[in-house]
Amino acid sequence: MRFRAASDQSMLIDLGDEIGLATHARVLKLLRLLQKEPPAWLRNMQPAYCSLLISFDASRVDHAAVETALRRFEQRSESLRSLQPRTIRIPVCYEGDFAPDIHEVARLHNLSIKDVIRIHTSRAYLAYFLGFVPGFAYLGDLSEDIATPRLDTPRKRVPAGSVGIAGKQTAVYPFATPGGWRLIGRTPLPLFRTDREPFGLISMGDQVRFRSISPGKFEELASP
Amino acid sequence: MNSLIVQSPGLLTTVQDLGRPGYGPIGVSPAGAADPVALRIANLVLGNEPGAAALEMTLLGGSFLFSQAATVSIGGADMSPTLNGQPVEMWLARSIPAGATLAFGPTRNYARAYLAVAGGFRVKPFLGSASTHVLSGTGGFEGRALRKGDVLRIGAAPRNTPKRQVSQTLLTSLRPRKVLRVTDGPQAGQFSPEALDTLTHQTFRVTEESDRLGLRLLAPPLPLPPSSNMITEGVSLGAIQVTPSGQAIILGVDQQTTGGYPKIANVIGIDLHRIGQLRPHVDIRFERTSLAVARALWIERERLFHSTEHLFV
Repeated sequence: MRFRAASDQSMLIDLGDEIGLATHARVLKLLRLLQKEPPAWLRNMQPAYCSLLISFDASRVDHAAVETALRRFEQRSESLRSLQPRTIRIPVCYEGDFAPDIHEVARLHNLSIKDVIRIHTSRAYLAYFLGFVPGFAYLGDLSEDIATPRLDTPRKRVPAGSVGIAGKQTAVYPFATPGGWRLIGRTPLPLFRTDREPFGLISMGDQVRFRSISPGKFEELASP
Repeated sequence: MNSLIVQSPGLLTTVQDLGRPGYGPIGVSPAGAADPVALRIANLVLGNEPGAAALEMTLLGGSFLFSQAATVSIGGADMSPTLNGQPVEMWLARSIPAGATLAFGPTRNYARAYLAVAGGFRVKPFLGSASTHVLSGTGGFEGRALRKGDVLRIGAAPRNTPKRQVSQTLLTSLRPRKVLRVTDGPQAGQFSPEALDTLTHQTFRVTEESDRLGLRLLAPPLPLPPSSNMITEGVSLGAIQVTPSGQAIILGVDQQTTGGYPKIANVIGIDLHRIGQLRPHVDIRFERTSLAVARALWIERERLFHSTEHLFV
């Protein structure tokens, strides 16, 4: 466990050095305990692969006091039971304009497009955490067989619902945003909506599976 | 029900309050007024709760018709406010007769002006806040910037609307400035001493690619750390990220919640509201300070807000 000041009102807690299940489990347990028993000075939390960013009320505590408190929380969080993960199924159309980078991904790995789709849909991905924008889940691990670096120049606007890959990660863009991940498909499902709870389709710790659908099915699911 | 009718929205006008901190785990950024200090003072002048919902205008203000009599106050940037064509003073409770029009023009100094109204604007809260987050279409008025013809409801005014004038000393102490104080960021140690030196010795220009998500700065590139292959982690408000091309970005209130660029420094708490008042083409500088100094300044600031006798004359 390592502490780094991120700003005068926030601190990063590192719970491991490598992306993986063990570190993820520690981050999630510490997060859950802090959500269950939030200290009065806690302002916000941002989990990620190996760390938890804590912002605090600097008129109540300083970094040293936060560190002391978090060491105790972390110790106690170890005895928390792991939750049974939910499985979220996401339909994706991997064709045409929905998949502007799938040819390039196939070419870089000497695969057919069918192979890329088969590999992307063949496993369940862990939602390591949500970040970047509301409802954006960092999913992994993507098979090495299709792992591809980010684009050199990010797109100024990625359409909402786009399914991207970057290194050994995959994700769905909930909103139209700039983005540098390679786009291999699109889902008609909304990833974040405020008319029902939970707002996000995917929560931290979920298992996510993709399945291939036709453009016709996409249109059918997209119309309300 | 009293209401405000948008005659022209200006460049980018949204409903904002003090934001919704606490939803990082679902990827939701706090949003809220880019200059929360101006919003707080504008509300206190009216006897509102400090975080009552107000309108945030950007660079060019709008024009608004009041259906009934109301009391307003204007804070932040000077956008030459006029009431039925007559200049209106800022930082002061001001009565608006029924049917009057309050109009704003282009800014004469900073980036954002706030229009607060006694009783606050009434919108459906999202996660406990009225703040608009345009990117995700959540909060505020229909999750978007205001348009011509929008009608905003105004809440019931506090019983005794005080007509308080903000102290000049306070305004001076909270004034926007072009030198932002920073503490070391989480990756500061990975940058070379030259890079840290450059950060505090050169001038950075705020570019037009700047908004509530962040300010993109232009300057000779900062030398990057030897290996900048870091694991994505949570990012703080006011973090100064350095992109692979060596350019700096300061994260704003609508910020992305996580990122993979190294962060060389972070703007300190009492200067965060000043980020919201920087407009394109302005030159800024950074000054390094310690966590202890930053914290002492923050405590002093919050004390000021809690003892209202210093706020008003």
